[in-house]
Amino acid sequence: MIRVQREDFDIGTELALLTEGNSKIGGLASFVGLVRDLADQGAVSAMTLEHYPGMTEKRLAEIEAEARSRWPLDGVLIIHRYGRLEPGDRIVLVATTSAHRQAALESCAFLIDWLKTKAPFWKLEEGAKGTAWVEAKESDDRAAEKWKR
Amino acid sequence: MKLLYFAWVRTNIGKAEEELVAPDHVQTVEGLLDWLATLGPQYAAALDRRNVIKVAINHEYVEHDHPVRPDDEIALFPPVTGG
Repeated sequence: MIRVQREDFDIGTELALLTEGNSKIGGLASFVGLVRDLADQGAVSAMTLEHYPGMTEKRLAEIEAEARSRWPLDGVLIIHRYGRLEPGDRIVLVATTSAHRQAALESCAFLIDWLKTKAPFWKLEEGAKGTAWVEAKESDDRAAEKWKR
Repeated sequence: MKLLYFAWVRTNIGKAEEELVAPDHVQTVEGLLDWLATLGPQYAAALDRRNVIKVAINHEYVEHDHPVRPDDEIALFPPVTGG
């Protein structure tokens, strides 16, 4: 399931819903991305996440479908927020469930790695010296690259 | 064609979207970027780092040699930084 929303989400509620009523699930893996306070860049006081409505949902659905084709998964949940967020705020939740832990853990890592290089989101950071668009990192490209087939 | 701009492409050009009729010689994404860069200094600035600009046509990523058509929705943006 894909959700792109401005509102915050409750991790406990979301994870509970993902396994509710399915006793075949043996493992649930999750990743939560948070806004970091980057003191070395003049203290990020907030960031605004912009996205491309329409394309975002399509690309996330495609990433979910790719994960389901590679691992035997029961549930897949991707929630990604947009709008203005402050340090400590949740940005993204990725969770997967499967009969076995390896499928859940690996697919969760795959989803966040691919999401970071394929889903059309951009971060504008606000700091002491004004605003700046976050530059894409080569380390993120390399993280996604290792899942290529 | 409908053009959409995101992140620093949008802030440099100064608008989020516009409808444009490209001249007939604009056949590919590369040709489109060349033509857009002539529309004014803000376009030239936005497209200065040409090689890093990502392009999506009708919500699908395409390379710069991909053809463009008059009824396409074409989005131009920097590498993505979500997650």
